Amino acid sequence: MSEKSLLLQKAATDIRLGIIEAVYNAKSGHPGGALSSADILACLYFSELNVDPNNAKDENRDRFVLSKGHSCPGLYSVLALKGFFPYEELKSFRHTGALLQGHPDMKAINGVDMSAGSLGQGFSCACGMALAGKLNNKDYRTYALVGDGESQEGQVWEAIMFAAHYKLDNLCLIIDNNGLQIDGRVSDVMNVMPYESKLEAFGWNVITIDGHNYDEILSAFDKAKTVKGKPTAIIAKTIKGKGVSFMEDQASWHGKAPNEEQYNQAMAELTAFKNSLGGNN
Amino acid sequence: MADKIATREAYGNALAELGEINQDVVVLDADLAEATKTCIFKKKFPERFFDCGIAENNMVSVAAGLSTCGKIPFVSTFAMFAAGRSFEQIRNSIGYPHLNVKICATHAGISVGEDGATHQCNEDIALMRTIPGMVVINPSDGVEAREAVMAAVKYNGPVYIRFGRLALPIINDNEGYKFEIGKAIKMAEGTDVTIVANGMMVAEALEARKILAEEGISASVINVHTVKPLDVQTIVSDAKITGAVVVSEEHNVIGALGSAVAEAIAENYPVPVVRHGVNDVFGKSGPAKELIEYYELNAKGIVEKVKVALSLKK
Repeated sequence: MSEKSLLLQKAATDIRLGIIEAVYNAKSGHPGGALSSADILACLYFSELNVDPNNAKDENRDRFVLSKGHSCPGLYSVLALKGFFPYEELKSFRHTGALLQGHPDMKAINGVDMSAGSLGQGFSCACGMALAGKLNNKDYRTYALVGDGESQEGQVWEAIMFAAHYKLDNLCLIIDNNGLQIDGRVSDVMNVMPYESKLEAFGWNVITIDGHNYDEILSAFDKAKTVKGKPTAIIAKTIKGKGVSFMEDQASWHGKAPNEEQYNQAMAELTAFKNSLGGNN
Repeated sequence: MADKIATREAYGNALAELGEINQDVVVLDADLAEATKTCIFKKKFPERFFDCGIAENNMVSVAAGLSTCGKIPFVSTFAMFAAGRSFEQIRNSIGYPHLNVKICATHAGISVGEDGATHQCNEDIALMRTIPGMVVINPSDGVEAREAVMAAVKYNGPVYIRFGRLALPIINDNEGYKFEIGKAIKMAEGTDVTIVANGMMVAEALEARKILAEEGISASVINVHTVKPLDVQTIVSDAKITGAVVVSEEHNVIGALGSAVAEAIAENYPVPVVRHGVNDVFGKSGPAKELIEYYELNAKGIVEKVKVALSLKK
């Protein structure tokens, strides 16, 4: 593993620790899809995005929209690690009067580019940001993370049509393809796959990757930048609950908090994994 | 100016005017540019016009995204598809983050005419009014429609403006006319009853006032172009003089101006309030002018409601 991958793996593990911390303290929330996308978030925030917690509204910054807003424990965790707000805030996630809302709130939370969580809407908003980038002659790129279950929303396909029509090559859609949604397997509930042929038919550049492989994630981001005249979709094959043994590939961990015993086990597993990576923490 | 102009036409003209003076203004439509009159802007500023196709939900959220990057999007389609179909996108993508998007919906109300019930939106103002922080405007003629657009662009936040298909008489072309969001306009003084109206019903209210005067009834007329925030003070202080209120609007009597005024009166100075509008039914096909008669969305209908209000007066 390259040095960069190792650093990203440490960061992703820290993100996962934050996710478990937040959801456990909230006694509710959505760990499964947050854990599946933690490696993608690590690559975005620790390598790809030019964002600065001290200038969070910089008009030239890259944009990131968490369209699958329920996975916000992951976003909040990475934003806290990057210094957008104190790490302690994770412990009051979803508490009355606290900063961190159950779904992202751009008005209150430093570093959140779009309020989202009602599925299907955030990705359209990202299309608007990318279009604005073109109109304003800005070089920033816009990334949107969409869930595979979320892609059952018709609005997602309206946006897919829109982005191709307006040639938004500064837009990168990442589908967190963990294969599970609340009611079970995506393929059983309402099969929306395969993505590749559908998106290509809509005029998109499509890259399929292992969403837990840092080299593949970073390489996909790089390839996306070289494609002109059409937007790029990265289909990230992931495992829901990734990193916590008893949560992996279980639909039941979509929207449930661990009890104390489960919390201790999850934290122990993640900490042990982090320590196994060696070096300075 | 022409004797009559549809507020949608005035909207299109205002947009084209605005395009000159504000480079951040962009316009989005959903395959209805000819009907909503955003085509006037499109012709002048094609690089700032975006047809989103028949995909309103995406259009509304795209506008939200554009606004986070400093653009001032005007989003247009029929009221049914803006406030109706895309209610939740307006609420969550625009309303919750209080973004600077102007939702300009045309073809509202019964006066859509022949297209019938599926396209006659009599619910939009009620829906929009429930969204926290949303400004809701229903202009009464072409002059006011233009002013509403100009005021909306100066206001930083979400605004819903309702426009109609039918050409309406110009009633606001007087020297002293001044449009201010949230500030009702006293059109005429009176002592027996207050007629509150907006949209096309303002002209009808003025007509009703004349009929009532012949019968010795003195009616004041207030144009409440902004349903939210409501100008409670102007309405309540007039109700204190007259002791009875009739509210007239081209909308279901449930949830819009009638409800807003009834709430304000009940909470501040309880006197009889009678609502005049579409009486909780769906519309029908027909020429607009015939439908206006059919549903009594006219001076005659207002006069009848005034009689009811006067009978309830203690």
